[in-house]
Amino acid sequence: MDILDAKCLVGRKRLNMEVGTAFSADLLSDVLAFAKAGSLLLTGLTNPQIVRTASILDIAAIILVRGKIAPDETLRMADELDIPMLSTRYILFETSGRLFMHGIKGCVEKVGSDTYVTL
Amino acid sequence: MNLEYENSFEIQGGNFQEAGDISVFIKKKLQNLGVAREILRRVAIAVYESEINIISYASKGIIHISISPESVVIDAEDEGPGIENIELAMRAGYSTATDKIREMGFGAGMGIPNIMNCSDKFTITSELNKGTHLTIIINISNNDAEKNR
Repeated sequence: MDILDAKCLVGRKRLNMEVGTAFSADLLSDVLAFAKAGSLLLTGLTNPQIVRTASILDIAAIILVRGKIAPDETLRMADELDIPMLSTRYILFETSGRLFMHGIKGCVEKVGSDTYVTL
Repeated sequence: MNLEYENSFEIQGGNFQEAGDISVFIKKKLQNLGVAREILRRVAIAVYESEINIISYASKGIIHISISPESVVIDAEDEGPGIENIELAMRAGYSTATDKIREMGFGAGMGIPNIMNCSDKFTITSELNKGTHLTIIINISNNDAEKNR
């Protein structure tokens, strides 16, 4: 939390966990395609769908970037589905870079050329 | 372990608030049935993407899910515009999403490719101005269950 000067919006009790990977995106379909279980999710999206998506993928915690504060609806859902949510004022690039410098890796480095059928 | 379950879920087009409800429900169900993590993740993603597709594009639809000891079969059938070019829809990044859909964070053009990626068997049929029907089969085998522990 110090690295990102972040504040915790939901799930303070669960913050004491070890995380090794992260995924950054503002497109939920990309999150669904590439994010791995147990990773951090960095995003600028604040709608309740981000929490559902995180829950479906077993995401460890959501970090909202660019100073976004989620609406009550989203916070309630995060609380219900037990997913910690943080907010940082750093931009997505900066947030990702800071975490990377502290040993967090991307949950996939590169997308495989054979991942999807190209016609 | 009694691994048998069957249910149909109705979905209204445009109802973004409820996108993911069925997926979260089924994931819990499979979890309780003791299905391996990786399998329930694939089922949850396939169901979620199917829900989003129906909500985004169709007027209404039904997702039928049947779970047996061998596999999970997901049938997603909608009444909607249909898909004009299925080959394009299967391509990663291709999307016909409206601004409203993109505002919600969807419409990256990964829906169908992502569903295919989660399936062991996938079929899609679509008729213009009538609707689209996806059948997704995800195998549950003991081998997989062991491997992913």
